[in-house]
Amino acid sequence: MDLSALLAQLLNGLAGASSLFLVATGLSLIFGVTRIVNFAHGSFFMLGMYVSYSLIERIGVGPWRAVGFWGALVLAALAVGLLGALVEILLLRRIYKAPELFQLLATFALVLVFNDAALWIWGPEDLLGRRAPGLEGAIQLFGRAYPSYNLFLIVIGPAIFGLLWMLLTKTRWGVMVRAATHDREMLGALGVNQAWLFTGVFALGCMLAGLGGAVQLPRQPASLTVDISTIGDAFVVVVVGGMGSIPGAFLASLLIAEVKAICIGIGTVHLAGIEISFSKLTLVVEFLIMAVVLVIRPWGLLGRLQATSRNSAPVEAPLKPGSNWFRMTVIGVFLLMAMLPMLDQSLPYAAVLGQDILVAALFAVSLHFMMGPGGMHSFGHSAYYGLGSYGAAILVKLAFMPMPLAMLVAPLVAGLGALLFGWFCVRLSGVYLAMLTLAFSQIVWSVVFQWDAVTGGSNGMVGIWPEDWLSGTRYYYLTLVLVGLSVYALRRFVFAPFGYAMRAGRDSSLRAEAIGIDVKLVQWLAFTIAGVFGGLAGTLYIFSKGSVSPDVISVSKSVDGLVMVLLGGIQSLTGPVIGAAVFGVLQDWVMRATDYWRALFGGIILFLVLAFPEGLAGISRQIETLWQLYRPAVGVVRREKLT
Amino acid sequence: MTASVNPILLDVSGLNAWYGAAHILFDVALNVRRGEVISLMGRNGAGKSTTLKAIMGLLSRSEGQINFLGQDIAGKAPFQVARMGLGFVPEDRRIFPDLTVTENLETGRQAPRQWADGSAALNWTPDALYELFPNLGRMQDRRGGQMSGGEQQMLTVARTLMGNPLLVLLDEPSEGVAPVIVEQMAHMILALKARGASILLSEQNFHFARLVSDRAYVLEKGQIMYEGSMQDLTHNSEIQRAYLSV
Repeated sequence: MDLSALLAQLLNGLAGASSLFLVATGLSLIFGVTRIVNFAHGSFFMLGMYVSYSLIERIGVGPWRAVGFWGALVLAALAVGLLGALVEILLLRRIYKAPELFQLLATFALVLVFNDAALWIWGPEDLLGRRAPGLEGAIQLFGRAYPSYNLFLIVIGPAIFGLLWMLLTKTRWGVMVRAATHDREMLGALGVNQAWLFTGVFALGCMLAGLGGAVQLPRQPASLTVDISTIGDAFVVVVVGGMGSIPGAFLASLLIAEVKAICIGIGTVHLAGIEISFSKLTLVVEFLIMAVVLVIRPWGLLGRLQATSRNSAPVEAPLKPGSNWFRMTVIGVFLLMAMLPMLDQSLPYAAVLGQDILVAALFAVSLHFMMGPGGMHSFGHSAYYGLGSYGAAILVKLAFMPMPLAMLVAPLVAGLGALLFGWFCVRLSGVYLAMLTLAFSQIVWSVVFQWDAVTGGSNGMVGIWPEDWLSGTRYYYLTLVLVGLSVYALRRFVFAPFGYAMRAGRDSSLRAEAIGIDVKLVQWLAFTIAGVFGGLAGTLYIFSKGSVSPDVISVSKSVDGLVMVLLGGIQSLTGPVIGAAVFGVLQDWVMRATDYWRALFGGIILFLVLAFPEGLAGISRQIETLWQLYRPAVGVVRREKLT
Repeated sequence: MTASVNPILLDVSGLNAWYGAAHILFDVALNVRRGEVISLMGRNGAGKSTTLKAIMGLLSRSEGQINFLGQDIAGKAPFQVARMGLGFVPEDRRIFPDLTVTENLETGRQAPRQWADGSAALNWTPDALYELFPNLGRMQDRRGGQMSGGEQQMLTVARTLMGNPLLVLLDEPSEGVAPVIVEQMAHMILALKARGASILLSEQNFHFARLVSDRAYVLEKGQIMYEGSMQDLTHNSEIQRAYLSV
């Protein structure tokens, strides 16, 4: 690569950084003040693209098209900001006191709803926007043609950064926002109505995301997949820069965009006979940067140790061992599951769905094991599911291992991965830990996606079936027994001294260490155990389907697990099982019922979040509490009758 | 004492409060008249701070009547209580560490206030506060996080005064600061009192309380055990021994 090509790539990096900064800084601002991790932020970016597309098609044509085009960008940003304000007032205000992860679930439901709304309004086709009037062409730079619109992008990022900086340091509103980032309760006691501050910040953050989408339109078509890819990028930038830090977001977006641009510029290099493709590295380079930054500077480049939120959710209730009723219910459910294959005449589909739910339940229980009792939030549990399923596939296909042995070894492969990743992850906590797990799962994904020779790349691997004597209904029973044993084992872990140590470390790592518990070691072990059982779920999955694709390691697979755990309620051990069952049935039913299943599914999640902030398993606890309140009264009535 | 005939500003009765399942306050009753400085005394954990927080609306579970300027404020959000003219100075200071002294003051600013009879209440500006706290005036651009504990204690009082409160709830002003600062705090309270400010402070330092206050309430295990003039309490060695560990 010669010098002029390198310079052009660096300029491309700057142009890419602007849009990334706009969306990430909004996310960072919202988190700083409201402590909400807004999963829907990528959706606001996507809506910014679509809305500006429609507006430009209306007012960006004809003789006044120059005014119309630039006006449309601004209007689109304002419209998205307004939508953000509505979301804050109608939804988020009701759940500020709910557990952090429940808020995440609610914003994830919004992703589904907005995605289907965009599908309904704009259709499934990608929409390419018009070019910016006056900036259609290219200029000569270092003897090369360089698109002039990129120059506008290069300017807009620093310009917005400057404006935001002025807003936050020179205005009373900005002072309030910075104060709220540190201690919202104190600000309330000084007479500041936080509700409107939160609405304002959320609207501003969404507006920035909308603007980021709008200015990107002439470079990149609006499509329905933009939301998830954008939120991934934005999360990485925010975490690398430090949550809540706007200069950090600026620095991180520059760093990531430049490294990506340079990787593309370098292309394929031959080093000592080995071919290294740097351009392929762009899929994963941002996650590599994030992993490195988090290990060296756990709070991000310009971040700071987060003050513990003062009005956080109530502490976790102690876990209660199951009652006799509970045991009988479990046995009953187990027997019912065992009878499913007998329905193959009337309901042949029941066993298939049952199989999927069993695998999902184990996946969710293993995730819950580290999130609930372990207190380690993970956005990347699909890594171990993927290692388990690909591990089994590779062992059977390439190492010619017999299937039962592969079933035994593959979960250990996943456990080995968890052992490695966990060593880094347990050094962090909270959202940073969750982000590092996400980084590792993305790294696993990109290795699997690109290692064509072994994993089959994007095509995946096919023809991995159980041996004949274990196929069909027998495989269903094998799954039932293994899942049952695994869930029982994980439950035993939680009620064993090891589980006490896990929960002690979660509730107060300082006190736990003071009584001699090696908290980091316990967490590392718990992380690894969760990885082994997550891997077993993946192994069970692949032999039931016969094929596997990189999708099993995708972010959305991890999110599925999160949704199951959160639906079921994180404070309950039965929660993930119930959550997985409800999730499985709902998804199956909803997907067949309508083309807009995402919106319906998102709507159901929103309803559940608003109606049962303790999760589905919390309902039974609410009923139990009511029952115990009611029972003494019954006793009194009886005694009165006797006397 | 002329203050004892002034109208009642704050009238609390039957105040109960809980932390989770633990019942902390039991039927606390107290009142503050305009122009008075009242000390709420008691040992560590007696419920002094809890009482002030409950009045301010900062506890998630409390019951009782809290009457401020003739209006029931029980159940109102803290920001609403603050906007009615009740200022709160927390014991742990809670300065915004990233904000400069001037910016910290800005967060507390509210419009000038009037009394019900139309007369103007004390109206504070940053300059007036820098006069009252000369130390702060010399470090206007310093960040809160880079100040000493005593300076932060001054700042947290000044920040609350920016809201022009009709009554200040002052939580443990003498706790955890150097003796020289305690002395300055006492002078500050007396200076405010001389200007007609009304203050309800929680305090376990008897000498400090005796120096600044007109009346005292003594709390023990969440119950009011004594109320009376500071003068009477000074001579009541029995109460002092029983509840104040003097």
